[in-house]
Amino acid sequence: MIEFIPPAFIFILGALAVPLLRGRFKSAYMMALPVVSFLFLLSTQVGTAWEVHFLGFDLVPFKVDRLSLVFGYIFHLISLIGVIYTLGFKSDLEHVAGLVYAGSALGVVFAGDLFTFFVFWEMLTVSALWLIWARRTRASQAAGFRYLMVHVFGGLVLLAGIIMYISEQQSVSLGFIGLHSPATYCIFIGMGINAAWPLLHSWLTDAYPESTVGGAVFLSAFTTKTAVYALARTFPGTEPLIWIGALMTAFPIFYAVIENDLRRVLSYSLINQVGFMMVGIGIGTELSINGAAAHAFAHILYKSLLFMSMGAVMFRTGKINATDLGGLYKSMPWTALFCSIGAASISAFPLTSGFVSKSMVLDAAAHGHMSIVWLTLLFASAGVFHHSGIKIPFFAFFSHDAGHRVKEAPVSMLVAMGIAAFFCIFLGAYPKFLYSILPYPVEFVPYTASHVLFQLQLLMFSALAFTLLLLSGIYPAEIRAINLDADLVYRRGGPLFYRAMAAVLNGANRLADQLFTGRFVGGLSRFARHGPAHLLLLVMKPYWAVSGLSGQEEVDAREKFRRQVEAGVLPISILGLFAMIYLGLLFLL
Amino acid sequence: MKTEKQHIFDKPKNVQRVLYGLFGTLVLLLALEPLVHKHPYFAWEEWFGFYAIYGFVACVLLVLAAKYILRPFVKREEDYYD
Repeated sequence: MIEFIPPAFIFILGALAVPLLRGRFKSAYMMALPVVSFLFLLSTQVGTAWEVHFLGFDLVPFKVDRLSLVFGYIFHLISLIGVIYTLGFKSDLEHVAGLVYAGSALGVVFAGDLFTFFVFWEMLTVSALWLIWARRTRASQAAGFRYLMVHVFGGLVLLAGIIMYISEQQSVSLGFIGLHSPATYCIFIGMGINAAWPLLHSWLTDAYPESTVGGAVFLSAFTTKTAVYALARTFPGTEPLIWIGALMTAFPIFYAVIENDLRRVLSYSLINQVGFMMVGIGIGTELSINGAAAHAFAHILYKSLLFMSMGAVMFRTGKINATDLGGLYKSMPWTALFCSIGAASISAFPLTSGFVSKSMVLDAAAHGHMSIVWLTLLFASAGVFHHSGIKIPFFAFFSHDAGHRVKEAPVSMLVAMGIAAFFCIFLGAYPKFLYSILPYPVEFVPYTASHVLFQLQLLMFSALAFTLLLLSGIYPAEIRAINLDADLVYRRGGPLFYRAMAAVLNGANRLADQLFTGRFVGGLSRFARHGPAHLLLLVMKPYWAVSGLSGQEEVDAREKFRRQVEAGVLPISILGLFAMIYLGLLFLL
Repeated sequence: MKTEKQHIFDKPKNVQRVLYGLFGTLVLLLALEPLVHKHPYFAWEEWFGFYAIYGFVACVLLVLAAKYILRPFVKREEDYYD
């Protein structure tokens, strides 16, 4: 009797059978995978751990505690939503990649040792890549390659750190690490690349908007949140995370205001939201870790909901730039409604999920008297409402009518969005459910009169700012343009590096070619041909001089001698001659 | 020829209603402030309308900075990398 199968196995092995199935059975099978896996997970106790002895190490491929469970639950829920959303697509590549990707994320979350952790961490990158490439455009191919390069680099940094750390600790177990040695810095940075830290973030805003309609839904959920989990597990209370997180909440919103591609706007706001989680992990109190986990849970739902709504818009109209959209509430009212619910949640309106989770992080910062961090987070909260809360729904569904008269999104998409929207409101209206699954006991009360009122003031006056700026024409017009970001370093630097290397290395190659194959080999062959004759002539000249040859006779003799030596037809062998010279020298000395 | 159905925001009057609704809400939110019991962590939270002013100013500064400082630096043609 099988008592339990780890989620990663169900997802990854289950995914392999997807291409063999057809029709309704296939749809039912794909939806069953996350459900079955979830039922297995519900039956496990906190503290369950599988131990395997392998190559002298004690591996723990599956371990459950309250932190991993929060992420485990939400990863199951979002997998089911993602599967439903993509049911209509006839792309086995996407289905398989999506499930393997989700399975890898679950593998990371339930890994109890560094080895298992790293294997699933890398599978995450490899499977995510196909969700980008499956779009099958030139832009997605290029973005996919850049995605791969960045994550391979990050993976290597992480691997280097893990190897050094294991040799330091003489143990592979995964637990609190903390910053104290080069090994731990490598692990920290390796995880930071997946968490899209400032300057290490541009793989995200580069690749996600180029992925498929369904791929973006999966992508928005797993890679960064797996990194959030990993950092919460290994680096809670690490102070630099507070500042990294605060910066992450603030800088992307400036980009989001001027960005034209609406899925790229969402990508920037994704970084902004992960920033709140980083701050929570960095503060490291029970309240703040709870806040980070709760915010990850809520964020996955509303962010995927927003990506789903923009995906539906792209699916129906073929457009995603704000300049090409507008007025879609007329033809896609349900999508508009669900998008607005996602937008309200990300903005943390009372009665939505963002309200009950984000405020935990802000409160934790306030408890620690971190005034600058708190003010930054408040600024970011207002800013995120501005670009994700208003800009996304406004430019896609309202604004000036771009004239698209399309059908409402397909039923499968609407159902998926409906489920996500339901949870956005359910978690906001009934926060006890979310609080009951958090790692630590929760005493936080989100719904106080002052908290609700102040949050509404913050948001509604941000809305006023948007309205006034828009009516006065100051609000930046959407422009068909791109904005440079940190990816400039490798998108321009890469070719530059290539050209520099080509110039230096090809130059060295040419020089070596000239010197060795041209001069050295030629010289060697000339020496091999004429050298012996010249050397022997040195011996013969004094001999001829002594034997009294006249000028012309000597010239003739020299010419004849050289011909004989070069043709190898001397009366005596050259070796014989050298032997005579050698013996003569021995005699003289 | 069939004319297209009029939608809710095709009528300027409805847009105006939304705007009035917004302004009304703002006034109400400020009016309620003296009635709630505050439990501030920071001194500035006790100032009247702190959150309202902060939200408004933050968004105006955000948009102005993005438009007049960031955009001139980073804006490029769409085929810049091709």
